[in-house]
Amino acid sequence: MIKTGTDMKKAEKIRKGDVRTATRLIRNIENNIPEARSTIRNLFPFTGKARVIGLTGAPGTGKSTLIDSLIACYRKKDKKIGALLVDPTSPFTGGAILGDRIRLQRHAEDSDVFVRSLATRCALGGLSKAAGDAVHVMDAMGKEVIFVETVGTGQQEVEIMNHVHTVIVVIVPGMGDSIQAIKAGILEVADVFVINKAQRDGADKLYQELMSMLNMVDSFPGGWRPPVIRVGSLFEKDIFEKNIAELAESIDAHYRNLVENDLLGDRVRRKVTAELNEALQFSILAPILEQLIAEGEFDTLVDKLLKKETDPYTCAEEVAKKYLRKQPLKGVTG
Amino acid sequence: MGERKLRIMVAKPGLDGHDRGARVLARCFRDAGFEVIYTGCHQAPEQIAASAIQEDVDVVGLSCLSGAHRYLFPRVVELLKEQDASDIMVIGGGVIPKQDFQMLYDAGIREIFTPGASLDSIVEWIKNNVKLT
Repeated sequence: MIKTGTDMKKAEKIRKGDVRTATRLIRNIENNIPEARSTIRNLFPFTGKARVIGLTGAPGTGKSTLIDSLIACYRKKDKKIGALLVDPTSPFTGGAILGDRIRLQRHAEDSDVFVRSLATRCALGGLSKAAGDAVHVMDAMGKEVIFVETVGTGQQEVEIMNHVHTVIVVIVPGMGDSIQAIKAGILEVADVFVINKAQRDGADKLYQELMSMLNMVDSFPGGWRPPVIRVGSLFEKDIFEKNIAELAESIDAHYRNLVENDLLGDRVRRKVTAELNEALQFSILAPILEQLIAEGEFDTLVDKLLKKETDPYTCAEEVAKKYLRKQPLKGVTG
Repeated sequence: MGERKLRIMVAKPGLDGHDRGARVLARCFRDAGFEVIYTGCHQAPEQIAASAIQEDVDVVGLSCLSGAHRYLFPRVVELLKEQDASDIMVIGGGVIPKQDFQMLYDAGIREIFTPGASLDSIVEWIKNNVKLT
């Protein structure tokens, strides 16, 4: 891929905030169009300025509604906003209903708020593969605060931590021993907890459970103990808005903590590492797989495996020998 | 190279809260393999146009049961045009009298589906008439 004039021009337009060019680039990334990557290449030097905030949690916990209110909150501080909303792709038809946007429609006419929905395209981890680059696009557009909403998550969808500075885990009362369930995966990546719909029965108990769980942690990086923010009913406006302001304050405090303790670099490193991993997969593994499938070799190998004529490791080794002749990959196949 | 997916926005313009039909269609488009953005009810044409542009959809499907389609549908087309996005196709459906069809076609609504149109026929029409970019 060579830097072409049109890619430069596209990058230039995006940096000026052109929504049509930006959203089309995101689509081309979703569709794996190779040219899209060279535009990203031109944008990359101009990224890294935005603050990126992730929201994750089970389906129906109120992530989109929280983002809507947080946007309103940051718009009062005149911040330019981006929001990426991820919803699941059907594994059967490949279609998707992207419905998070419904909650954000009051910002639709605000030209400083750019909202883009993404389907997972069956990616695991709670995000879409295009999410990382989509964040870069919004960043390069000059968005100052970018929200990323995962699909409704369960226990292990922690991909969000590789893409944001602050992870907010949203939980609600009344999900049984949901704390038990999230104890291992998602709990660990939270920088801020929200107990949403906190007017409901069980909120106090949930709060106590979270507290005792956090009490068991010996030390937190940078001394940041994730705060637990209760957010009450949307329909009790005064309380709700006060809660949202408190949440925004916690998000800001977490960011300050990262900066003051020199931990921001760790977060960025995490992101860059994940991106390099993905880029390697895209440029090395993907083309090999594509060719194997196109030539029918992949199916042949599967057939052999079914008949127990070979094993997956030997197959991988043979493929590596054939396609990666220049250097033996000891660590991987040997 | 990845697969190009059709993106469609299902929107209900104006003061009309009856979205059963729109939801059935959204589901049916999902099952046809489209990526469907649903905006919900009570949308101003300005909100619909801005959302369609941000979401980079190929098609906007407007549903209207309130009788205000003669204003609302053309207004969405107009706003898209103003924002240099007339490549986004607009189709409509709902309770729309036959005598209004020509007026809507002239205003740039590409097709109109009324009660009785089968889900299959709508999907088929979209597949045949939307060029994937």
